[in-house]
Amino acid sequence: MSDVAARVKKIVIEHLGVDADKVVDNANFIEDLGADSLDTVELVMAFEEEFSVEIPDDAAETIVTVGDAVTFLEKATAA
Amino acid sequence: MRRVVVTGLGMVSPLACGVEPTWTRLIAGHSGARLIDGFDTSDLACKIAAPIPRGDGSDATFDPDQWMEPKEQRKIDDFILYAVAAATQALADASWKPVAYEDQIRTGVLIGSGIGGLGGIAETSITLHEKGPRRVSPFFIPGRLINLAGGYVSIQHGLRGPNHAVVTACSTGAHAIGDAARLIALDDADVMVAGGAESAINRIGIAGFAACRALSTNFNDRPTQASRPYDKDRDGFVMGEGAGCVVLESYDHAKARGARIYAELVGYGMSGDAYHITAPQPSGDGAFRAMASAVKRAGISPSDIDYINAHGTSTPLGDEIELQAVQRLVGNGVNSLSMSSTKSAIGHLLGAAGAVEAIFSILAIRDQIVPPTLNLDNVSVETRIDLVPHKARERNVEFVLSNSFGFGGTNACLIFKRAE
Repeated sequence: MSDVAARVKKIVIEHLGVDADKVVDNANFIEDLGADSLDTVELVMAFEEEFSVEIPDDAAETIVTVGDAVTFLEKATAA
Repeated sequence: MRRVVVTGLGMVSPLACGVEPTWTRLIAGHSGARLIDGFDTSDLACKIAAPIPRGDGSDATFDPDQWMEPKEQRKIDDFILYAVAAATQALADASWKPVAYEDQIRTGVLIGSGIGGLGGIAETSITLHEKGPRRVSPFFIPGRLINLAGGYVSIQHGLRGPNHAVVTACSTGAHAIGDAARLIALDDADVMVAGGAESAINRIGIAGFAACRALSTNFNDRPTQASRPYDKDRDGFVMGEGAGCVVLESYDHAKARGARIYAELVGYGMSGDAYHITAPQPSGDGAFRAMASAVKRAGISPSDIDYINAHGTSTPLGDEIELQAVQRLVGNGVNSLSMSSTKSAIGHLLGAAGAVEAIFSILAIRDQIVPPTLNLDNVSVETRIDLVPHKARERNVEFVLSNSFGFGGTNACLIFKRAE
């Protein structure tokens, strides 16, 4: 697991209060991990804070799974 | 109007998590006041408070995880957590778990708070200032709103009836119980979970009340002696926190399901001082009229009241004004009246005070014992009323009056009667 993936998963576990083994790449925040719309807003904020990046609203809307977040943040932090 | 009875009690107090352990310690004369250790008080005039004893749940400590999932706890201020704990206890105590839709729509919630999420507002203001609006949590607003205490309780327990909240400073808890009873009396609901919650023990809360010159500052080295209602050395209140909730129910509904009835809520009176934002009216006229109105509603004579759980905050002005107003109300009844301030043990729970003290009043009826006024060494003014200094007193208790008076000159009084 990449460093980015590990940090993303730690945030997801903490914010959504879910077991680590459920936080897999294709896990959907809302459908699989029990998040509501406010949780997803807060998750994106937490990613921004952790990785010191800005995630615009239109990009945030495309981040619906754990894998989406990892992919986005790996690109954003590599740039 | 339908009769309204109390069938469930729940509480998180500075003495304990739970009604029975709190009551046992209250009667034994324990104090919940201590030095504040949760935040820096070096530059605050008041360094003491009566916080919730947190722990793993053993020895009646409060374990947040027992009442709410950790991920939810992060989103809210503690007043909501305390309210959920107290409401959950009260519903369990009443053995009322509405599952059928028909029962859920007849069960409502009316829980208030004096200030709501003060701590979260202060912290988020700093976040906004230092990091900008993109770092303000989506849970900031819903986690601070006062009616979200009732909102969380409603969601957690499936209560689909009237969903309401009260904000009347230190009268909040009493108003919530009184208003909820009216909803039942008027047939808007059969069962109501009612009470108050507060969590203002933080730097901004202490700083704010200290600025009002409302807090005790002379007893920082002797915290358990600081709350001393009616005593000549009193110099302000000690801030407490927590929540109290009762389950109110129509008499017929309670009887039909064979519920245990603690007491009947027979009187509720309200008034406004129309005088000053923080100081009570010197003649005590507002307090008097609220009490008199509750007595009238109860259909009793003032001298029928056996015990008054006083507002008695331990502030220099308020205590004597309340005492005067009570003497005016009961007249010759002073000789047989007991009146104590349980704020001497748990401090002032602000918006939760009226609810927690209503529960103490109900337990005084149940156990035929009145809790003490701690630290009452020298009464500041002569009175023939038994102020129950230092030690609880066993006595006959048929009718109790619980007084609550708040900033803004808002007064609320409740009268409970021993169940028949």
